Amino acid sequence: MARFIERHPAWALIVIIAVAVLLWLVFAIWPPGLEAAIGRKRVFLNAVLNGITLGGLYFLVASGFTLIFGLMRNVNLAHGSLYLFGGYIGYAISTWTGSWILSFIVAFIAAALVGVILQLAVFRRMEGQDLRQTMVTIGLSIVFADLMLWVFGGDFYQVQTPSWLIGPVQLPLLTAIKSSGEPVYLQYPLVRLVIFAASVVIGIAMWLALNRTRIGMIVRAGVDDRDILAATGVRIQLVFVLVFALGAGLAGIAGVVGGTFQSLSPGEDTRFLLASLVVVIVGGMGSIPGAALGAVIIGLAEQLGSVYIPTYAIVVTFLIMVVVLALRPQGLLARR
Amino acid sequence: MLKSSLGLIALSSLLLSGTAFAQEKIKVGVTATLEGTYTVLGEDGMRGHQTALNVLGKKIGDKELEFIVASTDATPDSAVRAVRKLIEQDKVQILLSPLSGDEGIAVKNFAKTHPELTFVNAASGAQETTYVDPAPNFFRYNMDGAQWQVGLGKYAYETKGYRKIATVGEDYSFIYTQVFGLVLEFCGAGGQVTNRQWVPLGTKDFASVIAALPDDVDAIYLGLGGADAVNFLNQYQQAGGKAHLMGGSIMIDQTILSSKGSAKNALIGTIAASGQADTWEDPGWQKFVKAYQDSFPESKRFPSPSLLATNYYGSTMALILALRQVNGDLSNNQAKLKDALAKIEIDAPNGKIKLDANRQAIGTNFVTEVVDDGKGALFSKVVKVIPNVNQTLGYDPAVFAKIGLPSRTVPECKKY
Repeated sequence: MARFIERHPAWALIVIIAVAVLLWLVFAIWPPGLEAAIGRKRVFLNAVLNGITLGGLYFLVASGFTLIFGLMRNVNLAHGSLYLFGGYIGYAISTWTGSWILSFIVAFIAAALVGVILQLAVFRRMEGQDLRQTMVTIGLSIVFADLMLWVFGGDFYQVQTPSWLIGPVQLPLLTAIKSSGEPVYLQYPLVRLVIFAASVVIGIAMWLALNRTRIGMIVRAGVDDRDILAATGVRIQLVFVLVFALGAGLAGIAGVVGGTFQSLSPGEDTRFLLASLVVVIVGGMGSIPGAALGAVIIGLAEQLGSVYIPTYAIVVTFLIMVVVLALRPQGLLARR
Repeated sequence: MLKSSLGLIALSSLLLSGTAFAQEKIKVGVTATLEGTYTVLGEDGMRGHQTALNVLGKKIGDKELEFIVASTDATPDSAVRAVRKLIEQDKVQILLSPLSGDEGIAVKNFAKTHPELTFVNAASGAQETTYVDPAPNFFRYNMDGAQWQVGLGKYAYETKGYRKIATVGEDYSFIYTQVFGLVLEFCGAGGQVTNRQWVPLGTKDFASVIAALPDDVDAIYLGLGGADAVNFLNQYQQAGGKAHLMGGSIMIDQTILSSKGSAKNALIGTIAASGQADTWEDPGWQKFVKAYQDSFPESKRFPSPSLLATNYYGSTMALILALRQVNGDLSNNQAKLKDALAKIEIDAPNGKIKLDANRQAIGTNFVTEVVDDGKGALFSKVVKVIPNVNQTLGYDPAVFAKIGLPSRTVPECKKY
């Protein structure tokens, strides 16, 4: 942090000012002139929170994607299919048992199993051949999409939100003061907050596992130099399988999350594949903190865009990607 | 050896099937949105089409109809691509296409480049398709989005007492047309539309749109369809939304009312208008519902046909009846068929339908209210039936032309 300020004083100043403005926008009562110019504070706060919580969902999908890429240099374009598959499994389990929590566990295991099979049956056979792997995963994603369309049809599925999560909660954020002097606090859907908290926990757990455990050390060593790691006697293939299972399982969990606060239907697989591609390109391929930063940026851009420039909202995410590719092609937080 | 004998069997069976169906075929290309946001709508449209074939049969005199299906995703370019493929590769002679509003405008324009062929609109409902510079070989047997809203504005104002409403709709021609019909009538009765929000087709996260809904209105009108509608309702419920709702024709429809999950329950009591009502007592409608239910196992269909199934049924029916009138004669650039199509009056399940000079349907419209049947299934219940709705919505054509074409801001909220 201190080094960053020393090296780029101008950029640091801009970042600090931006953060200060944002904090003021979130916590201050907006003067009437500002409300007239850009609309009510409630709308702004909601858009910001929605962007961050949507970023949580994107992070869940993209972190698995980036983890697999980071270790195995394997662009798994069937990642979106794992997302959708996990979502459908989660739906089936939650309607069958009535348990929301259980649906996460089963979706994780089911998607992880598919991941293991993919790694053993497909990727291991064509190790190091990037292009071939990419083509095969595109093909697989099409096959999976049709299989799922066959089994689940084109209907929309929603994973049932447990009753204790339905409805809004009051947040300690002021949106306005009524003429009677009574403060108005922000109401926000509880389920989104819970899901965001869960993705933060998962993110931190992943960071800890990667940086504080032996397995994490092996994985990090593998990211840096696979061949030397294998030469030291580590069973690298086993590590690959484990990482692939974890990445796929995370996509499965994300599927249940997406099915809870959005919906599942054919086409969601490619949408989330695209989203995670954009997220990791912005954040930096192979970097977990990068995936987190990218996910929040893309989530915020989508939500603020949909409120303030609805016509061009779709373009904003891609503009961000273009700018990042032009100025910092390795991604915002990638190591050189 | 095995391979070659297998090949021989395959070849001979091909020849056999060739001789078995030696009779002449009439090739019809069908498109439906079998991908993307409107997948469910396309699937049920195809069910309506299949129901029509089950009821009417595929025989035209001594000829037989052959249908070739192509998939689109509700974008105009996907529709043109599908139609072009059907014409150029599959050599179809007649088209039953398309499903969605923007697709309709594109296919109508494309129809002009093939004046020798016949295009029967399957279900699309943008006003512009048949109102502005219509193609002489494009026939539409369903009403447009504005016709489908007739009766809703007055019912909301007079019976429900709504004075101020806001609208949320998908940003494309069909929903513009629906809001057009609603605003004309609601504002004409004295109501106010304070805010019109437009979201891109295929929006998943509506949370910010929901937060931006105004609080000081009596009701919120939803012009959404397919996955968008389900996502909106889900997130609306999570945000604790409590406003009265009003619905467009593909919002209050079996495609949404029978979606999986509890989000649809936010719609109970919602008023809407459409070219059909699920619980209409009319014997023709009941017969159609029965035919639809008998055509598919319960898990592979909705409890009752959606608007798309009804439209596909109607357009398939019109085509088959017209073909039978001319005994399948497609000579002279299909002139006889086109003539028959323009004049035919069909007894569609949702009321009598005839075409105007622009080859646009004049038909019956329904104001409805969503009810729970007691077993958790939702249906639209008839409140009012309005016969003979034409494209200018009863306005004098000169006055109607002055209003302008449906868009994000047209019509203004005033009495025309």
